[in-house]
Amino acid sequence: MAGTWVFVEQKDGNIRKVTFEMLSELKKGGDEVSAVVFGKGVEALAPELAKYGADKVYVADDDIFAAYNTGAYVAQIVAMIKEFSPNALLFAHSFNGRDMASRLAQKLDAGLATDAVAAEISAGKGVFTRAIYAGKALAKVEVAGSPVLATIRPGVWEVGEAAGAGAVVKAAVAATAADVYQVAKDFIPTVSARPDLAEAAVVVSGGRGCKGPDGIKLVEELADLLGAAVGGSRASIDSGWLGHELQVGQTGKVVLPNLYVACGISGAIQHLAGMSSSKFIAAVNTDTEAPIFGVSDFGVVADLFKVIPILVTELKK
Amino acid sequence: MKVLVCVKQTFDTEAKIELKDGKISDAGINLIINPYDEVAVEGGIQLKEKKIAKEVVVLTAGTDKGMDAIRTALAMGADRGILVKQDAGADEYARAVALAEAIKAENPNIILAGHVAADDGSSQVPTRVAEILGLPHVNVITAIEIAGDKATCTCEADGGTAVTEVALPAVISSQVSWNEPRYPSMKGIMQAKKKPVATVDAVAVENKTNIIEFALPAAKTAGIKIEDDADVCAVKLAEWMKNTVKVEVK
Repeated sequence: MAGTWVFVEQKDGNIRKVTFEMLSELKKGGDEVSAVVFGKGVEALAPELAKYGADKVYVADDDIFAAYNTGAYVAQIVAMIKEFSPNALLFAHSFNGRDMASRLAQKLDAGLATDAVAAEISAGKGVFTRAIYAGKALAKVEVAGSPVLATIRPGVWEVGEAAGAGAVVKAAVAATAADVYQVAKDFIPTVSARPDLAEAAVVVSGGRGCKGPDGIKLVEELADLLGAAVGGSRASIDSGWLGHELQVGQTGKVVLPNLYVACGISGAIQHLAGMSSSKFIAAVNTDTEAPIFGVSDFGVVADLFKVIPILVTELKK
Repeated sequence: MKVLVCVKQTFDTEAKIELKDGKISDAGINLIINPYDEVAVEGGIQLKEKKIAKEVVVLTAGTDKGMDAIRTALAMGADRGILVKQDAGADEYARAVALAEAIKAENPNIILAGHVAADDGSSQVPTRVAEILGLPHVNVITAIEIAGDKATCTCEADGGTAVTEVALPAVISSQVSWNEPRYPSMKGIMQAKKKPVATVDAVAVENKTNIIEFALPAAKTAGIKIEDDADVCAVKLAEWMKNTVKVEVK
């Protein structure tokens, strides 16, 4: 058994933080931890992966892996599982991670725990805690398999440096053009100086109380001062003030920042589900009865149009 | 062209979750079509309105209660329904096997489904169905164009927007921002009652996963709440952010 594998989330050589979170956490367990990276020219990432605990770095380097595509990535990982027999294989619960893990699980006729927030892995078995109903409840799911498969929610584990050997193992390229069934026509990167909503340490969100683009501008100004991601409740998304990819809640994203600042958000159940696991929550709302205050560490009953400009000035001091 | 839409019946997203005898209680809960699947139903109906699809079939696997989800989709404009009777405890694997079996018999050109369900949040089933059927799959789409036997989809992706083309037949999973699902009209509701719905039993397969415990998260308690002039509130909030949260200001 070749220990636990972490599938590396990277784009153009930039490794996503969730990869380091998984490596750091697994390293604590004492078993061999390996990173698995697919791409073109990705061997150079090995030292960075070793820094966070990767004992081995399995590399599949080929033009066919230059960008994520389900067919080629799944064909390759299936061949590597056959050759190296890892005990467990964890993916990030990103769009790509869940897509690849689900297709892989079915190909192996296996179970899979997606969007896990905690993991206990032993030989041939994993027990994963999953947040269901967008965090309104928790389910402990047992997954047997070889390997044990799961996707892990970004932000639930701390990144810690823990030197691994980082020995590079080059895998034979098993995927062929016949495995590719998706033709990538275009990719338009999100141009934003702000961090990704799912990974941000601070999130500032605007809701109905923002009343329109002017209110959202204040939210954005505060977010930029804090190096935060901007989010929104369903009201501000449905009104077209923010794009759907920024919706926090049960039909949007679940966020786990250190600080969540809710501006003009009343706190519908489906919104609370997406943000109430944040470490610190601040809320600004004119309605003293707003449910958001029930989950807030620091609530301010006042007009956000008056509070945010002064808050910005005070924070700059 | 035949479009088949997979739907799941879920709790209303405004529902409060409670446990009874260690399980999630459905007492008094309003049931809806999973919002991501509702968008897929709308997408299928729009393909019919654009004369790309001739027929829209709606499929669900689950208990008899799922009939309501089918009737709602029929009232929106789908042509007929299939209910695959299956235990409520079926996991993603068993659910996908049951759906795929019913889809095989229908042989559709396009299979639509929400990319995730608002209840279990697994986002596995459409991908598994595609793998069982040996079909291409495009995940998390926000737009689609059909030309001949090809679908070109705009997808929400990690770090941006992807445009992906696949050959049909294919499984296409929807993001909620794809479209705005219509409300069924009174006429639609009346017509839905007469539309055919077939009921079949699911193929018997064992789950691959086992839920060993349900729990509710620790209730978050309210902290400080101040009601004062805006400037006083702002100064105190800034102090809390700096001293307690220890935010970094750019």
